[in-house]
Amino acid sequence: MTAPPVAAEPETPAPVTPELEHAAIKAESRRGLLISLPAYIYLVLLFVVPLVLVFVYSFATRDSTGLTVLEDWNLESYKRLFTEIVFEIFARSLVLAVVTTVICLLFSYPFAYYIATRSPRVRNLLLIFVMIPFWSNFLVRTYAWRVILGSEGPISQISLALGGEPIRLLFTTTAVLIGLVYGFLPFMVLPLYAALERMDWRLVEAARDLYADGWTSFRKVTLPLSMPGVVAGSILVFIPSLGAYVTPAILGGAKTTLLGDYIVSQFLAARNWPFGSALSFAVMFVMLLATIFYFRAGAKTL
Amino acid sequence: MSEGTATSRSTDRILGINAWVVFLFLYAPIVLLIAFSFNDNSNVSIWTEPSFRWYGAMFQDANVMNALRNSLIVAFFSTIVSTVIGTMLAIALERYRFRGRGALDGIAYLPIIIPDVTMAVMLLIFFFQVFGILDDLVGVQLRNGLGTITLSHIAFSISFVAVVVRARLSQLDNSLEEAAADLYASRWQAFRKVTLPLIAPGVAGGALLALTLSLDDVVVTQFVSGAGATTLPVYVFGLVRRGVTPLINAVSTLMLVASMVLVGISLGLQRGAGTRAEKPNDADTALDEAAVD
Repeated sequence: MTAPPVAAEPETPAPVTPELEHAAIKAESRRGLLISLPAYIYLVLLFVVPLVLVFVYSFATRDSTGLTVLEDWNLESYKRLFTEIVFEIFARSLVLAVVTTVICLLFSYPFAYYIATRSPRVRNLLLIFVMIPFWSNFLVRTYAWRVILGSEGPISQISLALGGEPIRLLFTTTAVLIGLVYGFLPFMVLPLYAALERMDWRLVEAARDLYADGWTSFRKVTLPLSMPGVVAGSILVFIPSLGAYVTPAILGGAKTTLLGDYIVSQFLAARNWPFGSALSFAVMFVMLLATIFYFRAGAKTL
Repeated sequence: MSEGTATSRSTDRILGINAWVVFLFLYAPIVLLIAFSFNDNSNVSIWTEPSFRWYGAMFQDANVMNALRNSLIVAFFSTIVSTVIGTMLAIALERYRFRGRGALDGIAYLPIIIPDVTMAVMLLIFFFQVFGILDDLVGVQLRNGLGTITLSHIAFSISFVAVVVRARLSQLDNSLEEAAADLYASRWQAFRKVTLPLIAPGVAGGALLALTLSLDDVVVTQFVSGAGATTLPVYVFGLVRRGVTPLINAVSTLMLVASMVLVGISLGLQRGAGTRAEKPNDADTALDEAAVD
């Protein structure tokens, strides 16, 4: 990315020989490694090693008390991934994550477009109002919906006041969907805005000058140019939605188990660590595939 | 920027309505929650009169106060350590070429992408295994607690700090650092007098992000916390799963206000940074930083 800092010492105006240059590069390399060493050690110890451990655990067995023992390596946990209940939870999570991503995209795109086409002063103000929920506590924002959707919450009360039935949305898939969209919407807006704001709008003007109508110039110019934002936003919403735990735990019910709570229950309730580990890896695998798919799809439209 | 040329008037009106709908969707729940926290009635759904009753109850609740104290202790240490390590990581990746740089570059961003449930599982198994080995070898019995929570928060915060600082670094050309070197500044002097002041807004932004992440985390903390040593979000999470109470509304409002103060500080910092370094667009910088996580 950037050129390495000046190689030769300022005190020596002598011609730069290959040996000198080589030594300077070596010194540079040593210095870089030294500066990155704390992060290197920390990330290897508390990220890479734990990741490898999860992988190792996914092949382990449990003794009669349910405790994980690191022997008798087997593929049982992976075989269990191909059972009906796991399929069901996987499918439900996938659908929910995709629907969340699509809804977020549908509302965020025009929203980001609107912000990006305001005057700089209005734009910055609106942006601040997007940043506030983005930075606000996720748990609290999800909890707010528990208050709203509850059987005695405002929505039900309005319905009752209008002579209708009390609406019970809490503990349903709809409630989880609302929570996910609410939680991750800002993640979609910000990259979309960044892409639209950075766009060269003269290209749109050129399209209009060449008699393209509004829709055509949007489809042929604006949309392709903002595709990096669409891809980034979709990944940022899809991945946390697929692994969501807090949202279904607060807004979902027993029948809406998603991957996130299923994994957690394997560790904190069922104490089946090998199976939980295998599940974690399966989820990561799906996420990796989805990310590649998004990037491919994004590249194709360009 | 061209206003009006790209969109017709009627399209603009629809866009405007959509924007209001989205803002309403984003803010109505927050506003409602804050309003409910001032409700005097112990039944959340029946509005009686405004009062600070539940705030009083909150400050007298030993569990809440204990969890709050734990949260602040963890956030304090995790922010300092992850800011220092993350900034060093950003400088190394952006300004140096060294052996192992490519691998580090790859690992550095993984904690951001990986879902928090997976991160939680990883760290749970890690501490269990390490403590088991320590017990076998040295006979020291360690348990999950504030220590493990802090170590875990640092593990996921380093990457976020590094991304924010690196975004700042990549915008500065290193001609100023080179000029300092030409003027016989030592490397350390050039860093302290030139580079550090220039990247300071990025470092502060990264620190604020680390602080927010630490104060907000539920999933990872729940997995690595021990009995009696939980943070405020984990304690609240436990309460929330049992139901809605006015006390939770008050605690939630407190947490919301804390988040908003942090947003205010970070926006103030960015504004200051924009005038000092004369970068193309300070909103741009803010977005680069925000969009990555």
